[in-house]
Amino acid sequence: MIVAHRKNIQDLKAILAPHKKILVLGCGGCVTVCLAGGEREVGMISSALRIAYRVDGDEHEIHETTIERQCENQFIEEILPKVQEVDAVLSLACGAGVQSIAERYPNKPVYPGVDTKFIGILQEQGIWTEKCAACGQCIVGFYGAVCPLTRCSKAQVDGPCGGARNGKCEVSPEIDCGWQLIYDRLKAIGQLDRLLDPAPLTDWSKSHEGGCRKVVREDQRVKTPTSG
Amino acid sequence: MALSLQVFYLEGEDSVVKERLLDMAFEPKILALCCHYCAYAAADLAGSMRAQYPPNVRVLRLPCTGKLDTGYILRAFERGIDGIIVAGCLEGGCHFQEGNLRARKRVTLVRELMAEAGLEQERLEMFNLSSAQGQTFADIVEMMTGRIKELGPSPLREKVAVGG
Repeated sequence: MIVAHRKNIQDLKAILAPHKKILVLGCGGCVTVCLAGGEREVGMISSALRIAYRVDGDEHEIHETTIERQCENQFIEEILPKVQEVDAVLSLACGAGVQSIAERYPNKPVYPGVDTKFIGILQEQGIWTEKCAACGQCIVGFYGAVCPLTRCSKAQVDGPCGGARNGKCEVSPEIDCGWQLIYDRLKAIGQLDRLLDPAPLTDWSKSHEGGCRKVVREDQRVKTPTSG
Repeated sequence: MALSLQVFYLEGEDSVVKERLLDMAFEPKILALCCHYCAYAAADLAGSMRAQYPPNVRVLRLPCTGKLDTGYILRAFERGIDGIIVAGCLEGGCHFQEGNLRARKRVTLVRELMAEAGLEQERLEMFNLSSAQGQTFADIVEMMTGRIKELGPSPLREKVAVGG
């Protein structure tokens, strides 16, 4: 899932200062699962914003709503009347959701209410960790299903750097050495010999370095290029 | 006597005196979110014991403080409540194992949000007590009432939320 974390209320208040009627918009996807921007968080952030404005003696109208997913037009259409009524939208979705709302409503100011952190997992209740860098060409199969691009702080694909101590990264003792994890995992599944092969070349053009990416599935498209 | 003095001065021009009298007249509204198994029974016991405590508190019973939602607290503050007491079982004594421990974490989160929003964190406090501690309940209410009187009325008082 995409993992996000709420912004500070003071920062949100400053971002939204020019607007009087604000819609706080939640997303029922990843940010609901990581407890950053779902229906419950919409209620919490909206309440905190109302309190913050009224402590200053300002009156702002804060409306709340949450849709199934902010990254799909089908769900965004549902909130058209609500968006038309307000001066600005505070989206608690990931960066993709925020831009999706902005694209659909080109004349409406849209602001992010959360910081999008990474693609990750729920490591344990209350702790989320990064697992994927969305490089566009998954190579974890060569590394015992441990991603060197994400788990190694230096994103080294061809071996450890030598800076690790006791299985921990030299960047921070809080971070496991990615290459220690790769070694342990390959050993556990009897594939240590994989380390003897040269690392596959990474095609960075498939990552963000190749520009803003797009996936086209003709079998799924309804609108064909010729039908306009 | 106090009331007639207050009315007399309120009709006058001296705004400093008027403000001072209004401060003196301030009676906070405090919400006590009490666990059914401990604090609610303790409040009951306080009554049976004839323990005296300020009448500023409104008790709301929860089946367990684990039922506490951050929204309950925030919405109450939005509606102008001056202070909130969350009262759960002694640590290790929760009827549902860890409801009170979870409630404390939620209270901590709301206190963070309050600080960010510019509302005094001291208006919200969590306490742990058993159903046998009637006097403790009375003491908690006494202490919180004093604290809120010193802080003064909530800046959100008498202002109705728009939207929602």
